[in-house]
Amino acid sequence: MQEFFQQVVSGVAIGGIFASLALALVLIYNAMGLVNFAQGEMAMLATFVALTLINRGVSYWLALPLTLLIAFAGGVAIQRVVIRPVERAPLLALVIITLGLATLLNGLAGFIFGYVPRSFPSPFSADTVDVVGVFISYRDLGVIAVSGLVLLAIYFLLQRTTLGLTMRAAAHHPEASRLLGVRVSWMLALGWGLASAVGAVSGVMVAPILLLEPNMMQSIIIYAFAAAVLGGIESPLGAVVGGLIVGVTINLAGAYVPGVGGDLQLAVGLAIIIAVLVLRPNGLFGRAAVRRV
Amino acid sequence: MLQRVRSAPPRYWLVVIAGVFFLGLPTTVSSFLASEWGQALILAIAIMGLNILVGYSGQLSLGHGAFMALGAYTSAILAHRYKVDYLLTIPISALFTGLVGFLFGFPALRLSPLYLALATFALAVVTPSLIKRPEELTGGVQGIVVTQPDPPGPARDVFAAITGSPMTSDQWIYYVSLFCALVLFWVAWNLIRHRPGRALRAIRDGEVAAAASGVNVAAFKTLAFGISAFYAGAAGSLYGLSTGFVSPDAFPVDLSIQLLVGAVIGGLASIPGPLLGAIVAYFLPIGANQWVPSQDWIPDQVASTVKNAGPAVSYGVLLVLIMIFAPNGIVGLVRQGYELLNRRLRGAGDREAGQMPPDPQTV
Amino acid sequence: MSPFGPRMAMAVGLLLAIAGCGGGNNSGSTDPGITSDQILLGNTIAQSGPAAAYGTIANAEQAYFNYVNSQGGVNGRKIKFKILDDAYSPAKTGPLTKQLVEDDKVFLMFSGLGTQAQVSVRSYLAGQKVPQLFVATGATTWGKDYASNQWSLSWQPPYQGEAHIYAKDVLDNHPNAKIGVLYQNDDYGQDYLKGLTDGLGDKASLIVDKESYDVTAADTATQLAKLKAKGADTLFLFSTPGFTIKSLVIVTKLHWEPTIYLNSVSNPQVYMGVAAKSGAALKNITSVGYLKDPTDPQWANDDGMKLYKTVIANCSTCKADDGFNLYGVAVAYTMVTVLKQAGSNLTRKNVMDIASGQLNDSTNPFVLPGVKIQTTPDDHFPIMQEQVITWAGTGWKLQGGLIDERGTIK
Repeated sequence: MQEFFQQVVSGVAIGGIFASLALALVLIYNAMGLVNFAQGEMAMLATFVALTLINRGVSYWLALPLTLLIAFAGGVAIQRVVIRPVERAPLLALVIITLGLATLLNGLAGFIFGYVPRSFPSPFSADTVDVVGVFISYRDLGVIAVSGLVLLAIYFLLQRTTLGLTMRAAAHHPEASRLLGVRVSWMLALGWGLASAVGAVSGVMVAPILLLEPNMMQSIIIYAFAAAVLGGIESPLGAVVGGLIVGVTINLAGAYVPGVGGDLQLAVGLAIIIAVLVLRPNGLFGRAAVRRV
Repeated sequence: MLQRVRSAPPRYWLVVIAGVFFLGLPTTVSSFLASEWGQALILAIAIMGLNILVGYSGQLSLGHGAFMALGAYTSAILAHRYKVDYLLTIPISALFTGLVGFLFGFPALRLSPLYLALATFALAVVTPSLIKRPEELTGGVQGIVVTQPDPPGPARDVFAAITGSPMTSDQWIYYVSLFCALVLFWVAWNLIRHRPGRALRAIRDGEVAAAASGVNVAAFKTLAFGISAFYAGAAGSLYGLSTGFVSPDAFPVDLSIQLLVGAVIGGLASIPGPLLGAIVAYFLPIGANQWVPSQDWIPDQVASTVKNAGPAVSYGVLLVLIMIFAPNGIVGLVRQGYELLNRRLRGAGDREAGQMPPDPQTV
Repeated sequence: MSPFGPRMAMAVGLLLAIAGCGGGNNSGSTDPGITSDQILLGNTIAQSGPAAAYGTIANAEQAYFNYVNSQGGVNGRKIKFKILDDAYSPAKTGPLTKQLVEDDKVFLMFSGLGTQAQVSVRSYLAGQKVPQLFVATGATTWGKDYASNQWSLSWQPPYQGEAHIYAKDVLDNHPNAKIGVLYQNDDYGQDYLKGLTDGLGDKASLIVDKESYDVTAADTATQLAKLKAKGADTLFLFSTPGFTIKSLVIVTKLHWEPTIYLNSVSNPQVYMGVAAKSGAALKNITSVGYLKDPTDPQWANDDGMKLYKTVIANCSTCKADDGFNLYGVAVAYTMVTVLKQAGSNLTRKNVMDIASGQLNDSTNPFVLPGVKIQTTPDDHFPIMQEQVITWAGTGWKLQGGLIDERGTIK
């Protein structure tokens, strides 16, 4: 029984990691109706920037906001330079550009920083909490807590501020928004900047656990997609809940479903994606989209 | 007859020249280069399949590497375990993969383009670990060795007569790949020219309108998946033959991305596009990694940066640049250039009667 | 007539030119790759993609060859080393190897990386009679299957041999252990597991559970929790460095303190440092080594280590602390030894014969003192000695003496 709870708790721990990246994916989708295949790589690069600052002597608590600013600026820059020229292009073009970006950023990180895994400092200690024989570390809890805070911040921004409303309007009804005087293009840039910053938070929280190296996010991006899709790709709350569910599911499947074992955890992630998309495409918290003819 | 030859549009001459080029290639270059070009042709077949799905029917798949893996392994298992003659396994694998693709098309109908991209991307990432699992069947991590056949007597004689040197296995496999490519390109050309092509394009450009016009949207979309998988399966089968080995790590997600890159760079919704795209997608990483550092006129810093940054960076940069500046790929650029030239030379546009306007990208 | 005809002809002509440029100059009676002043060696390795961390090995080998060239080369010839990136995919290894053999006309293939990748070209190279020397993998097949693959050879101790040593250590020091094994589900992990099971012999029942993971796994928490729940008090980690580090952290997180056996690929000190900083307690860890560790202070004044530091300083992308680089320099030393031993008879056949059956070198300054690099007509594993090391808080401590596994793998 204890093993079962440990599996669940470990699943929650890894699920928090999925959730943090899924939040960034959801933000981009809210801004643009697009899944950004380069989100993980952008987050990873931002984390490397943070490490570089810290190695140069900048204190962690100063490096963190600096990194977020740099990530924000980077996201905006990418939108202006790479995405805007193809804004009105069909979906395929956008998907390919984000794929190209992902390849580019990954290669760049490998080229600049090398491939040896590195440790990354965490504001949370590596100690574990012992709850009747089941263990979770403070770092894992920290990831979940920070994701929760980011979730609140995003919710507040998107649902309760005019800026958020403007962003959502620009994403869903660009033409109408333009008529109302919204600078749609800059709203998109803002969306990218925010998503990039959220990704940076994810990277910085996750790197102490996953170890910082260029391929760090590649191991979890599919799970993050599964989390976002499961939760409803528009819903930040869905991203967090989805992440936790995906984490627990792959752990339990790996531990208890014969034939899955530890080898096919990723296949479980794929199965979740397909199952959700076929059975309930809007996920747990998404709204059904009406198809206009 | 001569009249028809004289009045044939330039496109047909291009095809003839390309045909002569590819037929004659192994007689003039090394066996190794022939095998390289053979690989590019194989990639072109897979990209042609992807093009039918993405360019013509408007469904976005990022996971065609998985279909290639299926075709490759089907052939390898049939040849290795059941001692089926390898060349015979090619159509069998293609049909089998096509069937699987067709079945795949049904759930795919329900997915929006973005979600389809996501699901197929996940499939591509999972493919190596899925292959590793059924170890007795697939050989697991050890992979399956594919014995490359010797060229058959008649082919060997003809080749020796022309070039004076014996035909290698690689060269024979090149010709097998070329033959398959010619056949499959011809089939695709005919498909596109006639009703299926028009139906697919109608679906791509406006599903609801197409349905309203009486096109059986679901049937054509699943059919497109099936055909596209058929091509990928054939390509996968040839891939195994050409490399002599199939293993899980030979089908990473990079392969699916390479196919997409090739499709886009060449130019979607065109017949020559996949061939051109395959050539670029195949030779670019090699060029970046090897050719650039070996050129003395390129300054050392630039060369070593290109070499160290690796193909990933050049691929990524190329992809981004192409999508921004030339979204219709090489074929699109050539068409634009041709139109420009025409206008300059003749004053007014000179469109051939009955030719459809070039496909814009509307996926 | 279309204007493209002449351009096609030019393209063909260009290709002919490229094809023609491929070969090196060849004096008739020697093998390809040998000229009066140069020996051309070829290599394929992962320098991009998921296994890119290993790519530095080839750069370290290049650095050593440069050093040897600066000292006059091998019997008057300089070594030229051509490295190609196959991104760990066997699909790329094939064409690149063919290119090196047929186009660049290398003398032999040296230190190719990756079992799947190198196995995929094994029969091709044998067919071309090109030596596939000192492949950079410890998979046991390289020495074991020599009889059917006489043009291929490994260098480092085979994984199964290493696992035999762990088995012996367990039986000697923890005869009532409850063993749990975490292994990567590929040839690497499976090879180690087989070696352990064989080494335990009829005590193989000491293994209470074994769990595998795929390289696409997010982490190994599921497997480790299971192993702990099954009551294992001895844990074997047959994993690649990234996963080993993360597993060490998870073990500590689970408040579990088993005796840990770590495999040699993951034991470079630099990785242990990362594990410690990430929260691993690193208690009770045993491994084996056969190379000197660059971060071990006991070698600070060692001549071999000083030579290594000199050599590696000329590789701009190599970190001197990285154990992979020391590996590269060590195996390059053996390559040079073989070439020197061939003397003026620099043919592929002679070099292959020497490497696979006539090696007897005790001078390698980069391996642990006493390790002999040796092959005989009956034994084609060049290195079969390793020494047990245990983690002592800040570094590895050598224990006992060298253990010789020669002859244990048939």
